Amino acid sequence: MDKQEEEGLGRKHNTSKREISDQGPGRRKNFGPYVVTFFILFGVWVVLSGKFDPFHLSLGVISCAIVAYLSADLLRPSMRGLLILLVRWVPYLLWLMKEIFKANLHVTYLVFHPRMMDLIDPKIVKFRSKLEGDLALVTFANSITLTPGTITVNVSPDGDFKVHAIDKASGEPLPGEMEARIAKIFGESDG
Amino acid sequence: MDIMNIIVCVLLFSGLFFLTGGAVGILRFPDFYSRLHPAGKLDTLGSLLAMTAFALFNLHHFSLGALLTSLKILLIVVFIFLASPTATHGIVDAGVRAGLAPWTKGEKRR
Repeated sequence: MDKQEEEGLGRKHNTSKREISDQGPGRRKNFGPYVVTFFILFGVWVVLSGKFDPFHLSLGVISCAIVAYLSADLLRPSMRGLLILLVRWVPYLLWLMKEIFKANLHVTYLVFHPRMMDLIDPKIVKFRSKLEGDLALVTFANSITLTPGTITVNVSPDGDFKVHAIDKASGEPLPGEMEARIAKIFGESDG
Repeated sequence: MDIMNIIVCVLLFSGLFFLTGGAVGILRFPDFYSRLHPAGKLDTLGSLLAMTAFALFNLHHFSLGALLTSLKILLIVVFIFLASPTATHGIVDAGVRAGLAPWTKGEKRR
């Protein structure tokens, strides 16, 4: 999860920077994204290969350099994006893990309950989210799906959510605290 | 290292508990959509706990190779957390597009 999010954040940050620098004359090429992409890829290479002899390391350097050259434009990570990731995403992920755990216990309780058919009350919950950015909406939708008891059925680009909730207790807290926290991450908390 | 063994056992058995819950839930819940709740997500937490237990158990005799193997095991968890909600969403979306109405309270189970 971390990787995709950091790439997204990096792209968001970088496009805004590029828009500014586009207006100025003589825009110079920025090598930051290439370097960051290279080191992320090389870290994954070392973990997956596990061999530290010069032959395998040089193979890794060559292929990571080629892939970084081809895809840095696509991913556009930056050092500031990584810092934002650490400061804003890690607390959110910890909170999400706690919610996932609580909600998992609830669904397990339902599964093993002898009168389960009386307890569950599946419903499609519809609501409109205040979030605006695409990435914020996707994060919100995936977080809803990860929390047991609720599955996102459909999201429109305007933020109309359709959520399948297994019982009343699962569907009621939506959009609620999760939306507020995501709004804070993406800096949309005022509207 | 005895404490480590206890931690690994607790993690492993709670993981198995959630995985069992997922399997039982698929059999007990009344319809397509509600079955996806245990199928897609109890598995996610179950495998997180079980994989963490494997990674810790693997570090019993600490070495660089063991550390790398543990990191790979944790990578499995990362990919499950990415793929599982996406797949669940895809299956639900397919159901909605095919026009299957969700089960509501009072109907017979399907």
